[in-house]
Amino acid sequence: MENQFRESKEIICTACPMGCHTVVERENNTLLVRGARCPRGERYVKEEADDPRRIVATTIKIQNGNIRRLPVKTSRPFPRDQIRALVQAISPLEVSAPVKRGEIIKSNLFGENIDLVATRDVPLKDKKKITHY
Amino acid sequence: MPKKVLADVVVIGGGPAGMAAALGARESGAKIVFLLERGDELGGILNQCIHAGFGVQRFGEELTGPEYAGIYKDRLASSSIEVMTSTLVCEVNRDGYVKAVNRSGIWEISARSVVMAMGCRERTRDMIRIPGTRPSGVFTAGLVQYMVNVDGLLPGKEAVILGSGDIGLIVARRLELEGVRVNAVVEIRDSLSGLVRNYVQCLLDFNIPMLFSHTVTGIRGEDRVEAVKISKVDNSWRPIKGASQWMECDCLLLSVGLIPENELTQRLGIPICPESGGPYIDEKGTTEIPHIFACGNVSSVFDLVDYVSIISERTGSAAALKNPPAPVSFILECGGGVGLVVPQRIRERGEGDIFVRPATALRDGNIRFQRGERIIYEKPISICRPSEMIRIPSRGIEWPHETGKVKIEIDGEPVQGI
Ligand SMILES: Cc1cc2nc3c(=O)[nH]c(=O)nc-3n(C[C@H](O)[C@H](O)[C@H](O)COP(=O)(O)OP(=O)(O)OC[C@H]3O[C@@H](n4cnc5c(N)ncnc54)[C@H](O)[C@@H]3O)c2cc1C
Ligand code: SF4
Repeated sequence: MENQFRESKEIICTACPMGCHTVVERENNTLLVRGARCPRGERYVKEEADDPRRIVATTIKIQNGNIRRLPVKTSRPFPRDQIRALVQAISPLEVSAPVKRGEIIKSNLFGENIDLVATRDVPLKDKKKITHY
Repeated sequence: MPKKVLADVVVIGGGPAGMAAALGARESGAKIVFLLERGDELGGILNQCIHAGFGVQRFGEELTGPEYAGIYKDRLASSSIEVMTSTLVCEVNRDGYVKAVNRSGIWEISARSVVMAMGCRERTRDMIRIPGTRPSGVFTAGLVQYMVNVDGLLPGKEAVILGSGDIGLIVARRLELEGVRVNAVVEIRDSLSGLVRNYVQCLLDFNIPMLFSHTVTGIRGEDRVEAVKISKVDNSWRPIKGASQWMECDCLLLSVGLIPENELTQRLGIPICPESGGPYIDEKGTTEIPHIFACGNVSSVFDLVDYVSIISERTGSAAALKNPPAPVSFILECGGGVGLVVPQRIRERGEGDIFVRPATALRDGNIRFQRGERIIYEKPISICRPSEMIRIPSRGIEWPHETGKVKIEIDGEPVQGI
């Protein structure tokens, strides 16, 4: 029932270091951008207003490796507003070494067709080496 | 008995700078190359930087720190470079003698060239003199990044972060994702130190408040931090009387700057540039001693690892060559608006890049290189911030025939806030 829908939002463009402060207005189904200095920024700001996404990076537990945490990331930008839920959902995951960089740890996160991938190699624990800091 | 070996090039430090330098040296014909790293593995700071944002310049895609490091680790593994991890270099002398220690004992490596690639370390509470009690719970931000990302440990439940540089911003987001509440990021300047992108994606995305023109002037708590005193400051960064409040938290994270790690360099008697905190170097990374080189964060704190890799490869190549360097033609000096410049010495005109860090955030301005009265380079800049170095290819500069000092200046309108 959004016949006369009108909303305005302030968005800082981060498509380049300028960091233009823009205002996006949504009138019915069209987006209007004020304050962007270039077309690329305008496109970016519209996307940011409609469907903001981020690459999410976190760590999960790894057994039998020479380190305790395996760094992972989403294979593509993931919906921003579900990032906390995503990190909570993947935090109980546990894998076992060896793991290779780029290996898919979990596919199709939240039905988004985005995978969780390992971002480094973790070889099997070398018994001779002790890791501490 | 120390183990004695000979080498063409010894690289000290196995971060992105050292890895690229070792590969550069090998590719330029050095036969025996040693890469010595005190940590258990190569990669340096990249191993703890699990966020995406590396490699856009070098590889055309946004990689995480471990992925970027992984590419270089693989290259090293398939090269004939002698990599020694868990190996601490404790001494270097002017003749290229390097003394290192590891589990198998003491090593004495006699090298034709030595590349310093030791990176940098964080400034601590003592260096910024925060008064108050001395409880546990005061950390540097980079240490917390290591604890969380590598060891899986959290620093507390509620944090305050001092400093709006990129490390502080990135760590703030990381803590929020792990369930640690970040009550505020406090910045003494009136403008952001880090990237706007990090401000948006690390603070705004998580509703973390940012306080400009504020600093921490006290810590309360006996065994553990209980609260920190946050004060408003005036234009000269002095706390304003009566304008302070206590904010509860159980940990304080300091992101108040990095210092190039140059103890080994200084003990050699190599002079350190007060602006960059690293040795004076030329476009190839040569220090005042012709067969001793420096690259990466040990020469100056870089914001983009891509640049570190590019420069360091060049430095490694130079270290592999046997001919002595050409005489110094130009000395680059910081003028108004310039925080630092690296390299500070130019031997060969048109080679490599020059990196300039602005002292403050400015918009709609100009950057200028001047030899005496003559302007040899000028370019408008729409915006510049201390968090981003300005990269100027040396071939774009009209180096004059006459050698000497070149002054660099930046002017423009000050930026406040974001
Ligand atoms: C929190 C943070 C976020 C960053 N984010 C980005 C980003 O998003 N994008 C980007 O491009 N760049 C980023 N950077 C910058 C980039 O990571 C650095 O510029 C780069 O890592 C510097 O490389 P380096 O090899 O000079 O130093 P380091 O990575 O610090 O490596 C130095 C190495 O030398 C070793 N060493 C020191 N002394 C000795 C000794 N005496 N004997 C043996 N070994 C020794 C150390 O153990 C270390 O491994 C970030 C940096 C930080 C800290
Ligand atoms: S609008 Fe254009 S100029 Fe402004 S920040 Fe975005 S990309 Fe840069």
